[in-house]
Amino acid sequence: MLSPLRCGICARAAVRESPDRMSNWLTAPWPWYVAGPLIGLFVPALLITGNKVFGISSNLRHLCSALIPGKLEFFRHDWKDAGLWNLVFLLGVLVGGFLAAHVGTQHDIAISAGTKLVLTQMGVHDLSGVAPREIFSWHALLTLRGFVSIVGGGFVVGFGTAYAGGCTSGHAISGLANFELPSLIAVFGFFAGGLAATWFILPHLL
Amino acid sequence: MPRETQVDKQTSAGSHAKPAFLFVYLLLGTAFGVVLTRSEVLSWFRIQEMFHFQSFRMYGIIGSAIATAALSIAVLKLLGVKSATGAPISIPRKELGSGARYALGGTIFGLGWALTGACPGPLFALIGNGVSVMIIAVLSALAGTWIYAILRPKLPH
Repeated sequence: MLSPLRCGICARAAVRESPDRMSNWLTAPWPWYVAGPLIGLFVPALLITGNKVFGISSNLRHLCSALIPGKLEFFRHDWKDAGLWNLVFLLGVLVGGFLAAHVGTQHDIAISAGTKLVLTQMGVHDLSGVAPREIFSWHALLTLRGFVSIVGGGFVVGFGTAYAGGCTSGHAISGLANFELPSLIAVFGFFAGGLAATWFILPHLL
Repeated sequence: MPRETQVDKQTSAGSHAKPAFLFVYLLLGTAFGVVLTRSEVLSWFRIQEMFHFQSFRMYGIIGSAIATAALSIAVLKLLGVKSATGAPISIPRKELGSGARYALGGTIFGLGWALTGACPGPLFALIGNGVSVMIIAVLSALAGTWIYAILRPKLPH
């Protein structure tokens, strides 16, 4: 532990300099300063394509309007006109996730040693994959922690984003980039809720 | 300028609902799914790391995404760029109201962000990544949206 930061950088540089680095960038996780700007570029890309505002969660409303509108006023909107482009974009997200997961070898998520320790102490032992299999699998769906995380978590994602009128993409990225106060309030809420669940719910649940 | 001639051509080609445009959205969405996977922001582990303040990574990603988007919007406005459909670029401003919907809705979504370890985009990218049980999370999210639609008249906005 002479200089952990420097060692970390050397180790990563060594990986990049390996002989197959040409294909490496396709399969290796991207550093934050590549990933972040790339995500940000979806805002101008959608504006240029069709004056569309980047935001994923409105698709949940469009899906409800298309599939199970009932007689609810909230779902009486022209989802094809307002959201067909976005539903197609969302289909792409699924395809992109599939493609990325099937190109090259998959890496476990290199979370910090501190996070590994915290998670192990909370009762998560298998740290492989993109999400812990002990919680996010069909086997775990009917366990308490699986049910609360998947069904409970999914429910409040849907309720909260509909109520707030946006999620991380619509508020945190599009909204903040457009300097909107409502989005700033929403993003404070995102972190308040996320911290509350992480520090007060998950330690009892996991 | 070559860009402008291209824009003019596409304007006369018609509305954004044309299949060619839908194909562009499909490609952009696919690219986004790849980015969500390679950036690892779809990972429950990364979200936990973020909410435990144990890595700069997620903050760096979100921060630089916002900065890039803000800079891009400023450049588009400065140059007066029109969208490929011919419409001038404009981002409708959100109504503040009492602000309650943003504070309350935002907090409720935040709980789900930490519990599922995913926001709506990553939920779908995770299904693509083979975490198929997230189909249930999406169905539950649709149920949540539906319950919101029922309660909407009674909730503060």
